[in-house]
Amino acid sequence: MKVNELFKQELKVINMGLRSFAADIKSQNVEVIHVDWRPVAGGNKKLASMLSKLKGK
Amino acid sequence: MANIEQLIEQANKKALEIIQNGQPTLVDVSTAGEVVPGMTKKTIFHAGPPCKWENMSGPLKGAIMGALIYEGLAKDGEEAEKLAASGEIEFGSCHEHSSVGPMAGVTSYSMPVWVIQNKTYGNYAYCNMNEGLGKALRFGAYGPEVIERLKWMEKVLGPIMKEALKLHGPYDLKTMIAQMIQMGDEGHNRNKSGTCMFAREFAPYIVETSFSEKDKADVLRFMQGNDHFVLNLTMPAAKCTLDAAAGIKYSTIVYTMARNGTEFGIRVSGLGDRWFTAPANYIKGLFFPGFSEKDANRDIGDSCITETCGYGGFAMAAAPAIVLFVGGTPKDAVNYTTSMYEITTEENKMYTIPALNFRGTPTGIDIRKVIETGILPIINTGMAHKDPGVGQVGAGLVNPPMKCFEDALEAFVAELEKEGMV
Repeated sequence: MKVNELFKQELKVINMGLRSFAADIKSQNVEVIHVDWRPVAGGNKKLASMLSKLKGK
Repeated sequence: MANIEQLIEQANKKALEIIQNGQPTLVDVSTAGEVVPGMTKKTIFHAGPPCKWENMSGPLKGAIMGALIYEGLAKDGEEAEKLAASGEIEFGSCHEHSSVGPMAGVTSYSMPVWVIQNKTYGNYAYCNMNEGLGKALRFGAYGPEVIERLKWMEKVLGPIMKEALKLHGPYDLKTMIAQMIQMGDEGHNRNKSGTCMFAREFAPYIVETSFSEKDKADVLRFMQGNDHFVLNLTMPAAKCTLDAAAGIKYSTIVYTMARNGTEFGIRVSGLGDRWFTAPANYIKGLFFPGFSEKDANRDIGDSCITETCGYGGFAMAAAPAIVLFVGGTPKDAVNYTTSMYEITTEENKMYTIPALNFRGTPTGIDIRKVIETGILPIINTGMAHKDPGVGQVGAGLVNPPMKCFEDALEAFVAELEKEGMV
């Protein structure tokens, strides 16, 4: 099965979200790329709502 | 009917077309009294958004005091301070008078100014001439050596450059800036190659002017000793490029960023002349020997008009050596530029970075992208002493306050709500 082949290969990890997840994987000597992701407007609801008003409908 | 997002995209496309097609050209040298709109013998224009005397920072006050002494309106610092506080002098923002000035940006009636025309759209921008580093009026110093140099600039430098330019003919600043970026300058805090090119271009014409051999040699030596000589050309080049893109309805593109040493202000094309201000930040960087963070003033000057136009800090990847002046590593310089693509609209067609496979510099700051990503424009800049009369203490990197962009977005949405568009 293809999925079994996948697990035989070297892991390629992209982490999105908490940086600590990437750090844990890295500590086990697995290569990981951490995506520098932030919520829209840093999670500020008022600003995010204003931005959404400027989106097309 | 187009939805609001489409209207914004169309407006921004138009703004960027104007910015990309701008053709800033040095066309004359004059005096502020002759050409700067609104200038009178008792007027002082300064950098950044408008500011009352009582709210001005030390370096801005120092520069204004120096300008009043230089204009013969006061005999010393004490008299100048009294006059400035009396209400007799009218203060105004350079930006509101088609002008820009580095650091304090103080511009007064008798000062020689570069006259720049945007040949594509016809509008003008003006800028005083660069005095060099250290003790200079623009950093708030006003000692006798500062006033003496300003007088020399008025009597010798300005008139010689006027005559030399007449002999040479108009000088294309867009090509000069593009070449600077190819040669390791970014046009804000590194202007070495630009100054070399300018001196090479104008040296024969300076020699051909009708002035004395000593005066001509003094002008050439002054250029030789001032690596920032062309900063006062890269700035008005950006100013007249961007001013042409002001006032485009629905555009979210920033056409002004400026600081007066107290506040940072931005203006957005679709919101006309309104300033969105917040307390200016302190600069992180390298200090001259004998100075430290406790000596520094808040961020000051109109020079971040270069970043607004897609060079300066936005083109740092082209100028890795600048980190010796402002701090950081060459890798940081590349990262600063690449992060600016996240908050801008287009890649500059004229200003390209060799180290990034000639990718165009990030151009056209969009307030929506700044708010969405939380990434602020990067500015590299000089640092003035917080007290009047001292001068420059170092250089470094700084961001605008996020509040300027938040308030601008709020005002933009409020305008649309008023029109029933959202």
